[in-house]
Amino acid sequence: METSTAAAKVVNPQEKKIVYKTSDLDLWYGDNQALKKINLDIMENEVTAIIGPSGCGKSTYIKTLNRMIELVPGVRTSGEILYRGKNILDKSYQVEELRTKVGMVFQKPNPFPKSIYENVAYGPKIHGIRDKKILDQIVEKSLRGAAIWDEVKDRLNQNAYGLSGGQQQRLCIARCLAIEPDVILMDEPTSALDPISTLKVEELVQELKKEFSIIIVTHNMQQAARISKKTAFFLNGEVVEFSETNKIFSTPADKRTEDYITGRFG
Amino acid sequence: MNLINHETVVKRMKSRLSKNSISKWIFFALTMFVLLILGILLFRIFSQGFGYLDLQFLQSLPSRKPENAGVYAALIGTIWLMAVVAPVSLLLGVGTAIYLEEYAKDNVITNFIKVNISNLAGVPSIVFGLLGLTVFVRALAFGTSVLAAGLTMSLLVLPVIIVAAQEAIRAVPNQLREASFGLGATKWQTIVRIVLPAAIPGILTGGILALSRAIGETAPLVVLGMPLFLAFLPKTLLDSITVLPLQIYNWTGRPQVEFHALAAAGIIVLLVMLIIMNSIAVLIRNKFQKRY
Ligand SMILES: Nc1ncnc2c1ncn2[C@@H]1O[C@H](COP(=O)(O)OP(=O)(O)O)[C@@H](O)[C@H]1O
Ligand SMILES: [Mg+2]
Repeated sequence: METSTAAAKVVNPQEKKIVYKTSDLDLWYGDNQALKKINLDIMENEVTAIIGPSGCGKSTYIKTLNRMIELVPGVRTSGEILYRGKNILDKSYQVEELRTKVGMVFQKPNPFPKSIYENVAYGPKIHGIRDKKILDQIVEKSLRGAAIWDEVKDRLNQNAYGLSGGQQQRLCIARCLAIEPDVILMDEPTSALDPISTLKVEELVQELKKEFSIIIVTHNMQQAARISKKTAFFLNGEVVEFSETNKIFSTPADKRTEDYITGRFG
Repeated sequence: MNLINHETVVKRMKSRLSKNSISKWIFFALTMFVLLILGILLFRIFSQGFGYLDLQFLQSLPSRKPENAGVYAALIGTIWLMAVVAPVSLLLGVGTAIYLEEYAKDNVITNFIKVNISNLAGVPSIVFGLLGLTVFVRALAFGTSVLAAGLTMSLLVLPVIIVAAQEAIRAVPNQLREASFGLGATKWQTIVRIVLPAAIPGILTGGILALSRAIGETAPLVVLGMPLFLAFLPKTLLDSITVLPLQIYNWTGRPQVEFHALAAAGIIVLLVMLIIMNSIAVLIRNKFQKRY
């Protein structure tokens, strides 16, 4: 599906391209401004973390990147988000097409009330893939990619609700891999999971970044430090600081970032 | 210093406990009273009608002689009626519910429509009969046919089906819709593949309950002028029918006691149909217990 970007996967770090270029993004829920003049360049094949206290606009921002935010009535935006050079906020940009390239993993695992197989095959099916052989291959590849194949290969036809929370979340990641996306957005994907499942998902993210660009919102600063290359610190709808993760956590440039990461608020 | 004096709490405990047990007994007695009345009613019907309930009763057309009369025409009529009401009311009802829940913007007009649908559910059934008489029987010239009766009954149960379907659709968690949209599904794909399958148990339960109301209703059909006595079976949608409640109504109005017993037997047939339909509704509900 994504041959052009697949070819671009093997590049040396200096030539990495920008996936998402956000310029002067403002967003309002009715009269309430939730994002203010956001400017962020997100690079491909990296993990970019977004941290910040509750209500600072992390989810709002990440949901704008696949225009999921449109589901909320009364949302207005201004500014631009270029995805691979095209402005996705332009109404002429087909939102369904965007979402086949940008997958999303949610805070709470949300598998469909269907079998494990059908959960993973859902994306390819809605995009018109009917060939059972191809679907089988996609399902296996995606489940392997999400490091859950060995746990479920003998019960692909059982309901996904029989899985544990951590398994469900990895199934959701597999479901997202099945559409062979370019970018994966993750909104606090481990906040509903136990520590061991969290660790598995973190390891998985490390694997996935070789092939995908990942943007992950997290509440957990250690997690951001462990898994991301760059970190953006959001506060009250603004980006306070955006730089290399190890720099943010060792020598933050802004006093507010320092206060937050040392636990003085939030 | 303690703000709660535990001694007085203990002293008051006794009256609290006795109130608790008294109210329990009152509710028990009320329930028993209702059951008793229901029991007397059922006993009367069964003791009167059971003797007449045999294969011949189910297979005979109505007759002027009670010993030859049966519910066959009414039973077949009721089945024809259901065959019209079920598809018409489900299609219209579910379609409307999908529109209201998934497409309509949340504004004053939508809310006005929603409130009024609920109000329609409370309109007396005879009003629907008048509507059916004016529109279907006369204006569209369907006469006292299966079609006219079925459409009238569909309108009657439509509000109930719409409300049940709306609730079932609303109970589907938004996170499932989000997951589907997140994979690039269109709204229609999401509705067909995710929302409706998850909502179908609720929709069917509501639908069957509505249908069981439709086969028990009498008043609107009387207003339409449906025949109370019919000695032939319908062959097309434009043929006339009589249905169980009308047949029962007809028999209870006769002077001979034997016909009253026949009416009781007819009621038993109707009750059995209702019990079967309600059981199906319960089965569906239990089988698809929602687990989100
Ligand atoms: N659906 C919504 N409608 C109105 N306001 C919202 C909605 N979702 C979020 N907000 C507001 O936008 C701000 C940012 O919320 P959110 O992006 O969810 O924060 P975070 O994910 O960082 O906790 C908050 O002030 C919140 O109240
Ligand atoms: Mg959030």
